[in-house]
Amino acid sequence: MSIRISQIEKTYGYQGRGRTRALEPIDLDIHDGELIGLLGPSGSGKTTLLRIVAGLEQADSGSIHFGDRDVTRVHVRDRRIGFVFQHYALFRHMSVFDNVAFGLTAMPRSQRPSSGEIRSRVMQLLEMVRLQDFAERFPAQLSGGQQQRVSLARALALKPDVLLLDEPFGALDAKVRQELRRWLRHLHEELHFTSLFVTHDQEEALELSDRVVVMSNGRIEQIATPDTLYRQPANRFVFEFLGDVNRIEGDIEKEVLTCGNARVAVPGIENGRQELLLRPHEVCLDEQPSTRAHLPVSVTAVVPVGAEVRLELEADWLGEPWLATISHADFERLAITRGKRLFAQPSRLHRFDTSRPQTLAPLSAS
Amino acid sequence: MIAHALTWRRERRVLPGFGLSLGISLTFVSLILLLPLTSLVGQLSQLSWSQYWFLITDPRLLASYGVTLFGAAVAALFNAAFGLLMAWILVRYEFPGKRLVDALMDLPFALPTAVAGITLATLYSSNGWIGRLLEPLGISISYTWIGIALAMAFTSIPFVVRTVQPVLEDLPAEVDEAAMTLGASDSHAFRRVILPYLWPALVTGTGLAFVRSLGEFGAVIFIAGGKPYETEITSLMIFVKLQEYDYAGASAVASIVLATSLALLLAINLWQGRFIKRLHGGRG
Repeated sequence: MSIRISQIEKTYGYQGRGRTRALEPIDLDIHDGELIGLLGPSGSGKTTLLRIVAGLEQADSGSIHFGDRDVTRVHVRDRRIGFVFQHYALFRHMSVFDNVAFGLTAMPRSQRPSSGEIRSRVMQLLEMVRLQDFAERFPAQLSGGQQQRVSLARALALKPDVLLLDEPFGALDAKVRQELRRWLRHLHEELHFTSLFVTHDQEEALELSDRVVVMSNGRIEQIATPDTLYRQPANRFVFEFLGDVNRIEGDIEKEVLTCGNARVAVPGIENGRQELLLRPHEVCLDEQPSTRAHLPVSVTAVVPVGAEVRLELEADWLGEPWLATISHADFERLAITRGKRLFAQPSRLHRFDTSRPQTLAPLSAS
Repeated sequence: MIAHALTWRRERRVLPGFGLSLGISLTFVSLILLLPLTSLVGQLSQLSWSQYWFLITDPRLLASYGVTLFGAAVAALFNAAFGLLMAWILVRYEFPGKRLVDALMDLPFALPTAVAGITLATLYSSNGWIGRLLEPLGISISYTWIGIALAMAFTSIPFVVRTVQPVLEDLPAEVDEAAMTLGASDSHAFRRVILPYLWPALVTGTGLAFVRSLGEFGAVIFIAGGKPYETEITSLMIFVKLQEYDYAGASAVASIVLATSLALLLAINLWQGRFIKRLHGGRG
């Protein structure tokens, strides 16, 4: 079932007394069967938007359609949604079985399936979340990951039109989170429910979503596939939010940026004061300066993690330290230790002050 | 093995002052609770079993047991409902004067029970403010079981409110919301989700209110009137016997009230322990 959000607006508080705009008028179309991630820092309005779609909160204006059905004024219990809470919100006095069966047993008598049907449906759901052996347990006897799976089975029991998840993996530790993510992805490919989930974890959003909606300050900054989002961020906020960022600020004269004793050639840029950004993997290191870049740095921290080595670089001309990720091969070739003096070579520089973001390549000869 | 376990525990204890604080507590408990109880047993020891049995099965006393138990039961049930309602509005809604109502809930604890009793008796007597209005309807409250239950309910309402309130405050809004997203009607959500959550606290509060009512004296006697076989409560019987210098008799009656109360408190504790164990992962 597709979701159409149009001109949804929300303000908290009373007139004049600490009024905060939670959501600017928001438009968002979600296609049938799509898995959409709402990504943003806390206070960006992503949870508010999710709760408005669920019907747990009311928007000040705007409308929400599930398919052709206008649900703007439909009570949450009649919206046919499944909702998964960050802290599971399981009924702790009920067994796992009763938790999953809750939605089915809460139906009016005339529509309620027979107890045999409920039993087989619940067991089928528990099998799907691989908890069939835990039916008689109580929530407190399960781990966090298991509890969240129960909560997902419970939400899916009524075959909802739309599945909404509020930071579903936020309370779990890293390994379980990774596992559940993959599992949710599989489940989604199997069942094709339309789904909207909230997260503040970029990796989670990029890994799970068909499309990611990046939000800040109650506005949508960009809606794009994970790939586009990472490669072509619409603005500086998206660029900074999606990963670590290094900054360099200096005066530009004749296509050369100078900052203290550092300078780098930036082809195709006009004169004036300028701040440029680059990702850690866009920093190369060498023992000698090149003709195009003279950026002396010293290594202050070395973290060998996974496929690459993360370095922290400091210099007089830098306001805050840079992060660089280099290959193990480069790490060994340069014999990097803490305190080693090197020269940075930016492979790419990004600027966001113009109407369209611009990527510059200082190393390519012009 | 046991000695080893004990020394191990002793070494592992991090919080200081266990010996001192436990010592002071035990001394205090002995002085305030055990000593008077001992004297009660001492008084009882003057009686033979047959004398004791004769004293506690006096028909007038038996009638007073009935009156007391019935009054306390009505008061406790009334408080279970009304206390739950009070806790509910104090936690779930915002309204002007909420803090005042919250503070008023403790008034029955703060007010001397005799003052409460006299006030209630004045209000509900046939020429009191409220009694006058009820009289034409054929309802008399003073000197009937209704009056007894009313006075008992008044003095024990804080037990229910103050045990249910914190549990209700801890109930996450998400749990309600989860029930709603699963299509539950308000009444279904209340019965299946909220009430089971509050159940241990509600039963404990109601039980405490009941036990408190069993021993209530000051608030009840003024409104009860103390008509033998009809509105005479057990604690009044104790008082009567004391006035007649029948200390042994008074102790015999007191021992019955005490035994009943202790048994009830113990039962509540055991039941609550089992219930909570289930919620925290035991098998119920």
